[in-house]
Amino acid sequence: MSGGATFLGMPAFPVNAAAAVQDSQLRYNLRKATHTIRGKRALAVGELPDWTELRRAAKEIKDHTLRNLERYLVRMEEAVTAAGGHVHWAADAEEANRIVADLVKATGETSVVKVKSMATQEIGLNEALELEGITAYETDLAELIVQLGDDWPSHILVPAIHRNRSEIREIFREKMADWGRAAPEDLTDEPRALAEAARLHLRERFLSTRVAISGANFMIAETGTLVVLESEGNGRMCLTLPETLISVVGIEKLLPSWQDLEVFLQLLPRSSTGERMNPYTSTWTGAAEGQEFHLVLLDNGRTDVLADEIGRQALRCIRCSACLNVCPVYERAGGHAYGSVYPGPIGAILTPQLRGTASELDASLPYASTLCGACFDACPVAIDIPEVLVHLRGRVRHPRVERLGMRAAGWVFNRPARLARTQRLGGRLRRFVPGRLPGPLSAWTDTRDIPDIPSESFRDWWDRTDGGVK
Amino acid sequence: MNAAGSRERILSRIRSAVAGAGEVEITRAYRTSPDPAAAAGLVGLLAERVADYRAVVHVVDEGEAAATIAAALARRGATRLVAPDGLPPEWAPGEPVTDDPPLSAAELDRVDGVVTGCAVAIAETGTIVLDTGPGQGRRALTLLPDYHLCVVRAEQIVAGVPEAVGRLDPSRPLTWISGPSATSDIELNRVEGVHGPRTLEVVVIR
Ligand code: SF4
Repeated sequence: MSGGATFLGMPAFPVNAAAAVQDSQLRYNLRKATHTIRGKRALAVGELPDWTELRRAAKEIKDHTLRNLERYLVRMEEAVTAAGGHVHWAADAEEANRIVADLVKATGETSVVKVKSMATQEIGLNEALELEGITAYETDLAELIVQLGDDWPSHILVPAIHRNRSEIREIFREKMADWGRAAPEDLTDEPRALAEAARLHLRERFLSTRVAISGANFMIAETGTLVVLESEGNGRMCLTLPETLISVVGIEKLLPSWQDLEVFLQLLPRSSTGERMNPYTSTWTGAAEGQEFHLVLLDNGRTDVLADEIGRQALRCIRCSACLNVCPVYERAGGHAYGSVYPGPIGAILTPQLRGTASELDASLPYASTLCGACFDACPVAIDIPEVLVHLRGRVRHPRVERLGMRAAGWVFNRPARLARTQRLGGRLRRFVPGRLPGPLSAWTDTRDIPDIPSESFRDWWDRTDGGVK
Repeated sequence: MNAAGSRERILSRIRSAVAGAGEVEITRAYRTSPDPAAAAGLVGLLAERVADYRAVVHVVDEGEAAATIAAALARRGATRLVAPDGLPPEWAPGEPVTDDPPLSAAELDRVDGVVTGCAVAIAETGTIVLDTGPGQGRRALTLLPDYHLCVVRAEQIVAGVPEAVGRLDPSRPLTWISGPSATSDIELNRVEGVHGPRTLEVVVIR
């Protein structure tokens, strides 16, 4: 299933990618998905005249919070406690899983409903609960498809994007009955019919389950408020109906003040699904409406990331998935190749920092990129992903992996079309690079000239000036 | 390791991770108030943006509200309605079900729909925010029934997200609603009403 633990022992990125690019259905689905969302996103972002200022504020708010994380976490703890909630601190996955399992056991229940949460996937919570005799039911439609199909999610936002409608119909027909209400006999592969089957299947679950587990998109230190953005309403079901709510949240999800939400509620939906606003956002503070509320604050490697001056910017990530949708490597390789709940460009920098680079897979991730810079341009919190990739490559010297990886992804560097992108990278790396790239990148620059890196590439100049008109 | 130990461990790791890092000032150069031209057309903008999410929208004068609501409910054949505490009685015709004592989830699941007011509405994004105040009820009331009719008064409409955040009280549980519930998980086809209401109908009183 979808737990982090399952990914252990997976082969390195190039091997996974090589397999994925042979899968034409997967490539077709991914291409359609990434291009559709990319187009919608461009329209939604273009509507806001102050996008640049919002992006700058978001970056600064996140950096300011990370700089003062200790103070704000303590503040968060005080505010949640004052509002009748309970706060727990988990240094690693094992501890977080133990805390959650104990909380569930204390209620006497043996099943929980879950709203899609990457933090709980990261720590392998479902598997840990299973060992304790507790069944965790995923309630997001895509997560349900993934869970019933005994599969892994392949995209942050649309985890089942690798499945088409007839596959989903088969999964529902074969598996739903094992997990609760069976799929209707006459189920077609119409998206509407499939969604209706999921609605009936899950509603029984929502109305009968007394413990829920969630993540959160943001936590507000000033007020102790948690914020969840979603589309389907399964989040609202989990957050409001059960008697006990347990939220497992990475410590980097913090924002200092209530006002800061005004920035992120504009950036996240538009970057993520290309909508002006997602259908549902829920906020709650402590024990709302008489519910028992527990917040588990999760470190699990985040403080190691924080200690890396260049790498720490990855903690700004708000998991919008915009960087996945513009990434040429992700589009060809698919999310599974990254072997982590965090796929795509953000996964390539976050996973090896969170998990370390001991395994072959994790060591190969900093090479799962062409360094084209599209991810940086798309990122609403301005994470310079290429900069972090280069930085991490310096840590894991693995040029062979890079060559294999790029070949596997069908990517040939010396094509003219790639040159523009290479130049942009050059512009970004100017401050590190006198004329020749260091370390593992030297093999790359040794075979081509970078005689004079312009401060701005032609493409960037064109974008900025509308071809000289401005 | 015990939990109290972890708290100290995490906090001390953070302390040493950021030791020596510079302070970061926050620049808020983004828009926080609407341009005056937009402010004049908020009712129209809200109606347009809510309709963009495939919700049904009516813009009416105060005197027409009750009749518009009654007609909408009749069109749907919605007779068993929930009316939260504090809702003006003319907004929920007939004999609506009250939530006092609280209805069970199963009972809520069986009603035809719910009529509510709201706390704030955001024109630019087409979003309605409920804060469980008078005429809105607890969060489950607008979640379990398949139909939600929401009444918005002109003075509750703000231009953008910053104004809404400024007006709202974080100590109350908030539900921000932008159209009916929806999924795009199956080949990116939009399907309404996976778990929340399949239909959102909004009556804006200008
Ligand atoms: S790195 Fe940036 S673009 Fe990618 S998911 Fe995170 S916030 Fe979004």
